[in-house]
Amino acid sequence: MPEDVKAHITGVVFQITSKAGDKVAAGDPVIVLESMKMEIPVEAPRAGVVREIRVAEGQTVQDGDTVAVLD
Amino acid sequence: MLSSVLIANRGEIARRVIRGCRALSVRAVAVYSEADAGWPHVRDADQAVSIGGAPARESYLNVDRILAAARETGAQAVHPGYGFLSENWRFAKACEEAGLVFIGPPWRVIQQMGDKVEARRRMQAAGVPVVPGSEGALASLEAAVALADRIGYPVMLKAAAGGGGIGMVRVPDAAALPAAWASAERRSQAAFGSGALFVERYLAEARHVEVQVFGDSRGEVVHLHERECSIQRRHQKLIEESPAPALEPGVKAKLVAAAVAGARAVGYVNAGTMEFIVRGSEFYFLEMNTRLQVEHPVTEEVTGVDLVQVQLRVASGEPLPWRQDEIVQRGAAIECRIYAEDPAKNFMPSPGTISRLMLPEGPGVRLEIGVAEGVQVSVHYDPLLAKLVTRGATREEALARMQAALDGFVVEGIRTVIPFHRRVLESAAFRAGRVHTQMVEQGAFNA
Repeated sequence: MPEDVKAHITGVVFQITSKAGDKVAAGDPVIVLESMKMEIPVEAPRAGVVREIRVAEGQTVQDGDTVAVLD
Repeated sequence: MLSSVLIANRGEIARRVIRGCRALSVRAVAVYSEADAGWPHVRDADQAVSIGGAPARESYLNVDRILAAARETGAQAVHPGYGFLSENWRFAKACEEAGLVFIGPPWRVIQQMGDKVEARRRMQAAGVPVVPGSEGALASLEAAVALADRIGYPVMLKAAAGGGGIGMVRVPDAAALPAAWASAERRSQAAFGSGALFVERYLAEARHVEVQVFGDSRGEVVHLHERECSIQRRHQKLIEESPAPALEPGVKAKLVAAAVAGARAVGYVNAGTMEFIVRGSEFYFLEMNTRLQVEHPVTEEVTGVDLVQVQLRVASGEPLPWRQDEIVQRGAAIECRIYAEDPAKNFMPSPGTISRLMLPEGPGVRLEIGVAEGVQVSVHYDPLLAKLVTRGATREEALARMQAALDGFVVEGIRTVIPFHRRVLESAAFRAGRVHTQMVEQGAFNA
């Protein structure tokens, strides 16, 4: 069952730390956001394989936006 | 006196400096990024220049654009505020080379104090106590192990080129040192282009107390008393006050003497802050901030001095307007930093649009605010919205006024740390002045 990985804060995509096909454990950072001079990882809600990354570095994302999808 | 000043900053500090300029009939030039076009600091200035995109590196960190704005507007001097380029010696040097007065110390002093190993060495030479630790950058992990064994755990690994808490790792015991070394080295290399590290003893549950100093170009240096700044999260301050409550007898006199000796030894000019870590009757130099401090209003409220106006005067070549014995600390003052952060979510940033704003007022209440109703608080900058400062004849009076002022401060549309400040002010430990820098992370003020 695919599951969305959602940003829990508004920020700018600082770094993409995983790619499609990567295996991740629950709590692993999928991307890192920068907001107000803080770097905040967006973590995988559960273990799985990254199906797709939906954002690019430098892009602004809103709280609740889907940044990646896990298989 | 200078006739015009460009303020290379934004928000509340840009407005504060503009106000200081106004008082002395100095023309104030603001710069702003695309994100800040409608902001109050742009409206306040006599002239304002757009300098680039919302990300700070395209605007407030863009040296070429800022120098060009100074040229275009005929500004004679640059006030850097705090943060951004304020402690960047290359920027201060570039101002000098462009024929502009940099309102701050000489660039060589910024360079020396920015190198944390060099700053330690110079302070030690001036007789200022430094935290027991390595003399310089350490050659290897083995050297760090040997030194940590000698000074005792816990220790703190710090980046020699660093600051702002970046690359700083606390090491509880010998077993944790190799991993901590690798992590600090990697982070320091990434942030500062140098992996050089040094080690200091870690003083648990200590206080952060700092001394405001001021020097002029004739070599005169005075202090303007101390500020207590122990209530912090992520090594950044949330509350500051003056005088520092409940210091052990004799400590204050030693702190201010050390601060003046240290500042004099490096040829300090203009406003600066000597930061110390204090535990009981022990105290050690932490670092020097070679700029106007965020919390300078606390000092202004207890001394009656306008630090920004004196900065402008000293940068114009005037001597300090007071002798040491004329600077008297009267009453008490406290500052709460109003950040756009959610204290219920471990102080996570809370950008967004301010939909409603009600501001506190009353006797002894001072508000330094950068925002207005309807502005969009951007993800690109520091989350500081405002500084709420109260003073009183006694600490109790200042605290009571702060509690009332916090109740009258309403910000809607984003989260702020106002509820956290209310809890701190109600806490018995804080009211008794029993504070240390780890209290927030230890959950002492959790709801």
